[in-house]
Amino acid sequence: MAEHNHTKHEPNYLEYQGKHKGLLGWLTTTDHKRIGLLYFYSMMTFFLAGVVMGLLMKFELISPGEQIMGAQTYNGLFTLHGLTMIFLFVIPGVAAVYGNFFLPILIGAKDVSFPRLNLMSWYLYIFGAIVVLASQFMGDGPPDTGWTFYAPYSLKTNTNVVAAVTGAFILGFSSILTGLNFIVTMHRLRAPGMGWLRMPLFAWSLYGTGWIQLLATPVVGVTFLMVVAERLLGIGFFDPAIGGDPILYQHLFWIYSHPAVYIMILPAMGAITEIIPTFARKTIFGYTAIVISSMAIAFVGYFVWGHHMFTSGMSSTSRWVFSLLTFLVAIPSAIKVFNWTATLYKGSINIQTPFLWAIGFIFVFMIGGFSGLVLGSLATDIHVHDTAFVVAHFHYIVFGGTGFAFFGALHYWFPKMWGKIYNTKVANLGLLIFFIGFNLLYFPMFYLGLMGMPRRYYDYLPMFENANVLSTVGSWIMATGLIIIIVNLVRARKGSGREIDNPWDGKTLEWTIASPPIVENFEEIPVVEHGPYEY
Amino acid sequence: MDTITTHHHADAHRDDTAAKIGMWLFIFTEILLFGGLFIVYAVYRFKNPVAFDLAHQELSIPMGLINTIILLVSSATVAVSISAIQKNDKKMTMAMLGITLLLALVFLVNKYFEWGSKFEHGMYPGSDLMTNLSNGDMLFFSLYFFMTGLHGVHIIVGMILLGITLFKVKTGAVNSGKYALLENSGLYWHLVDLIWIFLFPLFYLIH
Repeated sequence: MAEHNHTKHEPNYLEYQGKHKGLLGWLTTTDHKRIGLLYFYSMMTFFLAGVVMGLLMKFELISPGEQIMGAQTYNGLFTLHGLTMIFLFVIPGVAAVYGNFFLPILIGAKDVSFPRLNLMSWYLYIFGAIVVLASQFMGDGPPDTGWTFYAPYSLKTNTNVVAAVTGAFILGFSSILTGLNFIVTMHRLRAPGMGWLRMPLFAWSLYGTGWIQLLATPVVGVTFLMVVAERLLGIGFFDPAIGGDPILYQHLFWIYSHPAVYIMILPAMGAITEIIPTFARKTIFGYTAIVISSMAIAFVGYFVWGHHMFTSGMSSTSRWVFSLLTFLVAIPSAIKVFNWTATLYKGSINIQTPFLWAIGFIFVFMIGGFSGLVLGSLATDIHVHDTAFVVAHFHYIVFGGTGFAFFGALHYWFPKMWGKIYNTKVANLGLLIFFIGFNLLYFPMFYLGLMGMPRRYYDYLPMFENANVLSTVGSWIMATGLIIIIVNLVRARKGSGREIDNPWDGKTLEWTIASPPIVENFEEIPVVEHGPYEY
Repeated sequence: MDTITTHHHADAHRDDTAAKIGMWLFIFTEILLFGGLFIVYAVYRFKNPVAFDLAHQELSIPMGLINTIILLVSSATVAVSISAIQKNDKKMTMAMLGITLLLALVFLVNKYFEWGSKFEHGMYPGSDLMTNLSNGDMLFFSLYFFMTGLHGVHIIVGMILLGITLFKVKTGAVNSGKYALLENSGLYWHLVDLIWIFLFPLFYLIH
């Protein structure tokens, strides 16, 4: 028992030994913190695999003609890159890792409402991931449809679409159950005194996200089932040759997949909203406005899916309505940005690594957001639709937004999750290199798209070469930054470190408990007497 | 080490209200799952009004009606079983659950004969007859098989849930003081019924 020689009586969640020990203890755990880490490790594995695929694609694009792969390999690679990054990393993303780990702590609970269901969600996630990845090796080769599985091509291609779509369906189940669990947890397990408007804003963002997961995912689920039925049984739902309507497929797909963007970004915004007040040493500006904007994004985000289809064939009335709604959804997003910057105003800013990630987030998110307006406008969208511009835009949002928030949250909560602190100088250096690489990688793609370079092509005209070289070099710089960041964190995790309960002087409940937290988080359930950010 | 082994973990915690909220939320997702299909149905019916009208005459209204009555009655029996457990009447609870399961089985047998007669005539997804139908007819029957098939899967899931519940009532794990599982299985069964209430007119009745 020498290694457990703590002054505390309770073991922390990492060293806790229940009925099962070691790895089995992890695989049978119902502790939300351990489940959060299960998601974290599996997600990082998929993320790094996705990064490698991205680097390979960028290398292929370094100059015109075939470099390292042919067209069909490239088609398979961008499909797998999309599937991995979207379904296995950013959709579960911030919510599954930090939501699981911190939601119960932030609202003063011992766990989520349904701990076993929570573990089952992780197993569904892993099972879905295996099925998606199996599509690479089974049947007639890797799917080449892109992650969108657009009909009728997804019905005609000989590649293994069925497995990929089935995997995505299972992953949807996992996502629904996590959202359901979080919503019920917030309704039932808030600590005494924690009214709805005293919840930390990260919790609020998870609440909005949970509702999108519940209300949007089933629609794409049944759509994927229809694709499977059409491929296996020859039922004609979407193939125009037998009366089906491929545009209808696009509608059904985007009814989910646009709100899915908010499943990705809302928790990310929530994490940033936790970081900003802690390092501005100031209460958040406009708490209620942020709550309302989260819910407004969740709500309005439901009605903008048509903006993915401006060129697919829609009436002009539908087009301008969807365009208008798209502009409307930009308002709550902008409100958040104003709230973050207003929080900084006259704050006593403590510049630390998580804060720098948050600032980086705001910067890239703004570029992503504004370029989104270019795509939401009918006239400009016709010009840049299906070009590299779109790829740049959503990488600024999804990777720049969610990715930056994911790593920002990791640096913010790392000392709480593992009870260790990392080398901040190396972390900042890694971030700087990552940030430069990120912008060098994606910014030229805006230019390329405006000049007319299509997305999803393995080859291009010589006129696009210079910008593509810049972009490829950017991908190497970004990867270098990523390696520095990860090595730094792995070393901190392995190092002896020192245990600090509250390194940033944060005010939310997770900073009132031990690092790493004990099994049921709190020695005694706290009684909450004020809002979350009282400085 | 004592503090570690005697530690009560959070899943010992019980909250029936949470379980019910969770079930309601799950039912939302099920409704949306079928909601997607109702949209598809509406779109294709709008595009092929004549074909849909002619095709629906191929379905037997009496068969559909019998199945509708069976499901409505089974919803009633599951509701009675909940009242019974509240009154601590274990026998009645089990009897009512048993009848519900039996009715569900009769529904499936009916469905088997209904589908079977279509299959006999060479009408099944992917068959020569079906692929040679006009687009509108083909869509109608595709949707018919897909939607009633998916509903059938839900019947089976509901039966499994009710079966587990019946077993737990028997062992006493579900009792008058603790019957959230029965209520949730009942809710799920009502959902299965509700969806059929929409499927029946869409495929059998609308002219």
